[in-house]
Amino acid sequence: MTAVTDEGVGPRPDAIVPPRTLDPATIAVGDRLPTLVKNPTTRQLVMFAGASGDFYEIHYDNAVAVESGLPGVIVHGYLKMAWLGELVSAWAGPDAFVQRVDVSYRGIDVPGDEYRVEGQVTAISLGDSVTTIELEIWGQSPTGTKTTLGTAAVQLPSASGW
Amino acid sequence: MTLEQAVEQARRYVGMVGPAVSMTVERTMIRRFAESIGDGNPLYWDEEYAKATRWGGIIAPPTFLCLLLPPLPVPDIDFGTIKLNGGSVFESFRPVRPGDVIIGQAEYADVQAKEGKGGGMLIFQGRTRYTDGEGHLVGIGIGTGIQK
Repeated sequence: MTAVTDEGVGPRPDAIVPPRTLDPATIAVGDRLPTLVKNPTTRQLVMFAGASGDFYEIHYDNAVAVESGLPGVIVHGYLKMAWLGELVSAWAGPDAFVQRVDVSYRGIDVPGDEYRVEGQVTAISLGDSVTTIELEIWGQSPTGTKTTLGTAAVQLPSASGW
Repeated sequence: MTLEQAVEQARRYVGMVGPAVSMTVERTMIRRFAESIGDGNPLYWDEEYAKATRWGGIIAPPTFLCLLLPPLPVPDIDFGTIKLNGGSVFESFRPVRPGDVIIGQAEYADVQAKEGKGGGMLIFQGRTRYTDGEGHLVGIGIGTGIQK
């Protein structure tokens, strides 16, 4: 039977294969996370403006953006932050809990430019029921500039469970 | 205005809090937020899938609470010509779920002066505390603004 959601029938077009929750025993400091590639469009910025309530015009009105000294509309900081959060939650799996995402914005990103989201494990602290993984995370523009730099912490169930 | 004068003026506002605002989290808000990011994780919209996880139901993506930005009276300091978004932090204490009543209140938390390559900078920090209907802390958001 097809699942009925609050907005229609069936899976979303962008539905992904659900990941499994990571086993902390398989992770080591230095491990790289699978790269998440985003291709932002102005349409997506409008969607994010609507979903987040951030209607600052530099994110969808080219004239206002140019008048503000920008090359054109730019990607929301909070959208880039959400992508860094997605990188971590998609990697860690459904039972993981993303405790902290901390980012600093070092440069602008524009629609039409690929945005690559990457991460690396920096520390692992094993607990009885919970393992906490510390990560270095970043977002990169096509020129290789890290326009977003940050850290994150995610909790995983230890072997004994929660 | 010199950087010294600017930071002195800005400091008077540290500790000021804005009004508390509340929202009731709905499934559609979570789904729309996930869609706008382009995150197809079924944990954010498929009740049946989410039920089988540790959470027993749909939860919101990690930085979802950024959509509740309580107003904060920002001091108008006549310094520099550029205002930048320096960064943001979201710390979570539990996942946000449909039906949650979330109350957000922002505080003008800190201001610092910094000498950079291109001259002086004022660095502001706003901190928002998110609590639930029972008064438990759900998350903390910190935003950094730069004026130079």
